[in-house]
Amino acid sequence: MRTSLTKRRLVSFVMIAVTLCALLSGCHGKRAASEFTMPEDLILDGEYEISFWAKNDTNKNQTMIYDSAIKNFEKLYPNIHVNLRLYTDYGKIYNDVITNIQTMTTPNVCITYPDHIATYRSGSGVVVTLNDLIDNPVYGLGGSAVKFDGPSKGDIIPQYLAECILGEEGDICALPFMRSSEACYVNKTLVEKLGYELPEDMLTWDFVWEVSEAAAATLGSDGVYGINGQKVLIPFIYKSTDNMMIQYLKQKDAGYSDAEGNVYLFNDDTSDFLKEIAGHTATGAFSTFKISGYPSNFVNAGQCVFAIDSTAGSTWVGTDAPLLDISPDRVVKFETAVYPVPQVDPDSPMMISQGPSICLFNKADPGEVVASWLFLQYLLTNDVQIAYSQTEGYVPVTSKARESAEYVDYLSRAGEDNALHYGVKLEATRLVLDHTGDTFVTPVFNGSASLRDAAGALIEEAVKGTRRRKTVDDAFLKKLYQDTGSLYRLDELKNKANTTGDDTSDEPLPAMSIALLVTLAAVWLGILIYMLLDKVRKT
Amino acid sequence: MKKLIATALIAAMVLGTAACGAGKSGGASQTKFEDVKGEGVMTHAEYMAAPMDSEVVIEAYVQGKQSWWDNKATLYLQDQDGAYFVYEMNCSEEDYAKIPTGTKIKVTGYKTEWSGEVEIASGSTFEIEDGQFIATPEDVTSLLGSDSLIDHQNEVVSFKDLTVADKGDGRAFFYNWDNSGVQGDDLYFDVTSGGNTYTFTVESYLTDKDSDVYKAVEKLSVGDKIDCEGFLYWYEGVNPHITKVTVK
Repeated sequence: MRTSLTKRRLVSFVMIAVTLCALLSGCHGKRAASEFTMPEDLILDGEYEISFWAKNDTNKNQTMIYDSAIKNFEKLYPNIHVNLRLYTDYGKIYNDVITNIQTMTTPNVCITYPDHIATYRSGSGVVVTLNDLIDNPVYGLGGSAVKFDGPSKGDIIPQYLAECILGEEGDICALPFMRSSEACYVNKTLVEKLGYELPEDMLTWDFVWEVSEAAAATLGSDGVYGINGQKVLIPFIYKSTDNMMIQYLKQKDAGYSDAEGNVYLFNDDTSDFLKEIAGHTATGAFSTFKISGYPSNFVNAGQCVFAIDSTAGSTWVGTDAPLLDISPDRVVKFETAVYPVPQVDPDSPMMISQGPSICLFNKADPGEVVASWLFLQYLLTNDVQIAYSQTEGYVPVTSKARESAEYVDYLSRAGEDNALHYGVKLEATRLVLDHTGDTFVTPVFNGSASLRDAAGALIEEAVKGTRRRKTVDDAFLKKLYQDTGSLYRLDELKNKANTTGDDTSDEPLPAMSIALLVTLAAVWLGILIYMLLDKVRKT
Repeated sequence: MKKLIATALIAAMVLGTAACGAGKSGGASQTKFEDVKGEGVMTHAEYMAAPMDSEVVIEAYVQGKQSWWDNKATLYLQDQDGAYFVYEMNCSEEDYAKIPTGTKIKVTGYKTEWSGEVEIASGSTFEIEDGQFIATPEDVTSLLGSDSLIDHQNEVVSFKDLTVADKGDGRAFFYNWDNSGVQGDDLYFDVTSGGNTYTFTVESYLTDKDSDVYKAVEKLSVGDKIDCEGFLYWYEGVNPHITKVTVK
């Protein structure tokens, strides 16, 4: 019961609505505030009360770690008091931050995603740029007044730090908190029963589709699948279809977007992929979380061969998973294999980098900002980094934590028990560590969160359409692109011509435009005639 | 004299309300009333028999309004023959206000299933029709743990003579499934009946922290004897959304 049941897909609507509001408000009434400036001779001796908005994966271990971090931090800084507000999804945090920007009641410290920060930054001075704070010799990373053993700037994994740099000025707008990626959790027992052998390192899309089709083909006339002896089988199910589309396009070196906010999502590779997905949906080989349910529930019930979900969901996957969402009597025995997401070219793997970052919101009192900055730094200490990463398939974002004896020991004990050292979780963690260099992020700009939603929506609509006996052909896709572009306001982003996927240069102008041009021409003609007549009269 | 008039008025109101309720109610112990389906509208049996992902048209009465957001409404509906769950139906905020509990609506959409919950999928449309019906909760206590319980999926139901069980650490309820939440999140509490334990939920979108049921569950203690009412929602098994708790 990880998500709140019927709230399962509400988050996406929150995201869409809020993003659209933010996109629109980005054009009007920007709240001008001065940027944070680090005072030269700041002495942090006042009383400060700061708010920390955090997200947990409905996991009580994570909330306990936040509580413990606050307690320990307040022991070091008795004059700084941290108030924790817990959320269970990023969409709600985003929603509340946007609302609170309007009323200037943002939190001090906030768990977030860079996509969201890009929107927050549409108001000037709202988000604190961290460059000066990081380098400050007193309060900066490794600074002289820092009372704990925090990381230096060089300890932060450079790739993750780069993900938090927004804009052309090199502004560091957040620091990474945790990182994860996606994993393909495979029921190895079923794959082998189908007569296939799993590759050593990488899965390809072709392999996954082929095995999924073979599994779907075992459906008997009695409605029971031969491969699992059940009436339910979804051979391949994907949790986050936005990631599915984004990763595939990246692997294909196809268009998606760029740092300037140009949108290239609606292209031929996208169309080909959607048609392929539709084909596999029609045979019953593929579905999605939004349409069918949590991938891990199908996996654990022996009703799925390939399930793609976050590595931060790995404690829910497998016969011996410590967290379970279905009744124990429904769990079947099988061997779980953990792979990176399927690849177009297994020799050049590419996978998404995801996970929460932390940003600071600006306040009138610079001391309050510095107090919140110290707490942000505390969240990067080994104690917090290692403890939090162990709650799921997350990895610490500092080399200091990764190289610590405690963390190395943790990794070495994979499978020793089905709790802290749960094998599937540690395999997923290892996957992220081993492939840090193969990860990527999408360009961040005001509207990139909306584009991400649109990418996922294309797959959801293609799957839904197929299940409803519609044909996913060029006509279907043309309408889908138009509807999606409109719903997610992609036409309000830059490069409007690219958002429809069509070259519209040869198309006739709309009637309204023609009428307007004719009117303008008539008015100008009238003016000219009047001027000529006037001149004739005067002469 | 004033007291007499007031008493008479109250008595008249109570009698009137009771009479009205009798006329509108249905369910197992309710008097059936004529409820002819419109042209092209499915009966509940036809709806249940319809294949997944097929287009469905139903007429039923609003029994619970779970949430409205971004022009999408999520509703619990029921007619005299069975219940329906409508997920994110297209609905303006203005129209949402026009469909209080009891209102008859016609819904056109696609049938689907999500984690065991049979529902009308996101994107359905609706029309308001004439008619009122508020279902009397069906007592399904004896069906807990049985295969036939699912026949009542999404219905307004009641459970009698339950005992509140220890959810963990002596607590009677959790905020979120593992107590990782805070006040305002969904409440989870365990009850025993017939020697078996079941998990019930107070769904915070349906009944938020200011609702009577939310407050009632927050006051429960392990060992309390209670009766419950709610909607027989499904999530990987039965997962009732409780709307009323009565401590005995």
